[in-house]
Amino acid sequence: MKDAIIKGLRFIGLGFFEPLVRLISGEDSKKNSIETLKKIVAPIASILLFLGVWYSGSKSLYNTEANYKIAKVLKEQGAEEANKMKDCIASGDVSCQPNTLPSPLQVWESYKLLLKDHRKIGEDKEAFKVKTASLNEKRIAQGKNPIVYTGRPSFVDQIKTSIKTVFAGFLLALLIATPIGIIIGLSDTLRTSFNWLIQILKPVSPVVWLLLVFMIVKTLTKDSTSDTSFIISFISVGLCSMWATLVNTAMGVSSVDKDYINVAKVLKLGTFQKIFKVILPASLPLIFTGLRITLSVAWMVLIAIELLAQSPGLGSFVWEEFQNGANDSNSKIIVAMFVIGFIGFLLDRIMLTIQKFISFDKNEGI
Amino acid sequence: MAYLELKNVCKSYGSGDTETKVLDNINLTIEEGEFVAIVGFTGSGKTTLVNLINGLIKPTSGEVLFKGKPIEDTSHERGVIFQNYSLLPWLTVYQNIEMAVNEAFPNETKTFKDHRIKSYVEMVSLSHAIHKRPKELSGGMRQRVSVARALSMDPEMIIMDEPLGALDALTRGNLQDEILNIWNKNKRTALLITNDVDEGIYMADRIIPLRPGPKATLGPEFKIDIDRPRDKTALNDNAAYKKTRNAIIEYLMDIGNERSSETNEIYELPELKPKDLRWEFKASN
Repeated sequence: MKDAIIKGLRFIGLGFFEPLVRLISGEDSKKNSIETLKKIVAPIASILLFLGVWYSGSKSLYNTEANYKIAKVLKEQGAEEANKMKDCIASGDVSCQPNTLPSPLQVWESYKLLLKDHRKIGEDKEAFKVKTASLNEKRIAQGKNPIVYTGRPSFVDQIKTSIKTVFAGFLLALLIATPIGIIIGLSDTLRTSFNWLIQILKPVSPVVWLLLVFMIVKTLTKDSTSDTSFIISFISVGLCSMWATLVNTAMGVSSVDKDYINVAKVLKLGTFQKIFKVILPASLPLIFTGLRITLSVAWMVLIAIELLAQSPGLGSFVWEEFQNGANDSNSKIIVAMFVIGFIGFLLDRIMLTIQKFISFDKNEGI
Repeated sequence: MAYLELKNVCKSYGSGDTETKVLDNINLTIEEGEFVAIVGFTGSGKTTLVNLINGLIKPTSGEVLFKGKPIEDTSHERGVIFQNYSLLPWLTVYQNIEMAVNEAFPNETKTFKDHRIKSYVEMVSLSHAIHKRPKELSGGMRQRVSVARALSMDPEMIIMDEPLGALDALTRGNLQDEILNIWNKNKRTALLITNDVDEGIYMADRIIPLRPGPKATLGPEFKIDIDRPRDKTALNDNAAYKKTRNAIIEYLMDIGNERSSETNEIYELPELKPKDLRWEFKASN
């Protein structure tokens, strides 16, 4: 049982919980308490330290901003108004709060608010569905399109859209980059002839890719009236992020250990067999490293692309909140920041786990 | 007609000024059913010679003939046991051998192949590890898989490139016997490349030293007239064994000395004395 838990934890990359599991099961308590202290308590302390720095930093920024506000009122409208402003800020009234970096507590409040908002929108949706159910049946019977809910998306909906976009983009990158990478890796001629193109396109900024995709998609979908923002954003994400996979796959395929190639030759494997039974398995670790980079790049550029392409998702959420300038907008942006970071971390973990599962250890192989 | 014949074979890498001749003027004939060992220092071009014979590389000049025909490519008729095992790490023992069997017998039934794979795994006594991956095996076990893989293709000739070089002495002895057994059973032709003179004498009918490269050539051959099966412990007291062993080692030592004396050659210097070219200031003043 204990060993199974530890093995599972290690597999998903949470091996640092190992000493705690051992400690709870009563194994070598002295050694494992020290290990627990090192691997679990110390990181928690660092999180607390981070929150402390953040809290005091936001406090001092808040004070600076408040003092500036009061001084400004004092200069322009006199002492009486300045006192009123002072009282207003002290009372915590939303109308006169200084606009600056929110404290951890504010961010936490916003997080809860966003969840509450999500639940409310969910209820609205349900209510809408119930209300329109009979009407929609009639419309379908008449051959018309049913009425759908078109209210604003909640924060969680935005996250879902973003994940959908990133996976669509990742899939596109996978489908384009791996086959091309393999073909380029197999042929020296192709590699040298296309190397310049890859080297030039690789460092191009996501924004430029977006514009390029926009130019092409706009022309191609001239007749269609549907929303193309999703198509534009996922294609841009795919194009931005595919380069790591392309380069890694080509490198992996072209640098397969000569011993394996010799084995393939001595066994007289056919071309197809050689590629699928020797070259591809041998280059799988490098291909996966490429895919991991691709996924993290995809997630990183996604926010910027959504922001520019006006396509729904976390990026446009951040941008709308910034434009909105409401009292809690800043803390909502910080919530989005943490959510983005956390999901990025999670995606990387998933890829790492898959990679561990399917590839062999290169060094112990031969 | 000789079974395998190398005629004036040269092999060089690079071109122009950077050209290095690895093998120079190699002549070798092996008859069917013979066990020949080639002994040489490390880095003397042994692996290049093996790759020429198994068809992985082509000679720069000269001919490599197998049953009278020039070797153009690798072939199932010649099984190779590589120096570094060269097992595919993502496949199990069974799958590694299966790959070879599938290629050698594409038209046979599944049960035939399965039976063949299992019997060869059993031959190298690895049945308990049949579904393990190479990294879970020890060096000796890996090499045994490599032997099983090469033999499962039923080659007419076995080419071994220092197959036991990385193994400890005990495992080495066992594997030597195993290889000899297999060779003896269906009298295949065998070529063993090694750096161990004792191993050569224990296993082979003939030993040919390879003079070290660059420009490696084959030295004179030594016939081993010791009856088979040879007994390792009794071998040490065998007069013929001692004689051959000493002769080969002496020959190899001589080559070694030749090489080192070449570099220590003493050059006679011309008898010159420095001339005083300082200006005579006194005179000019």
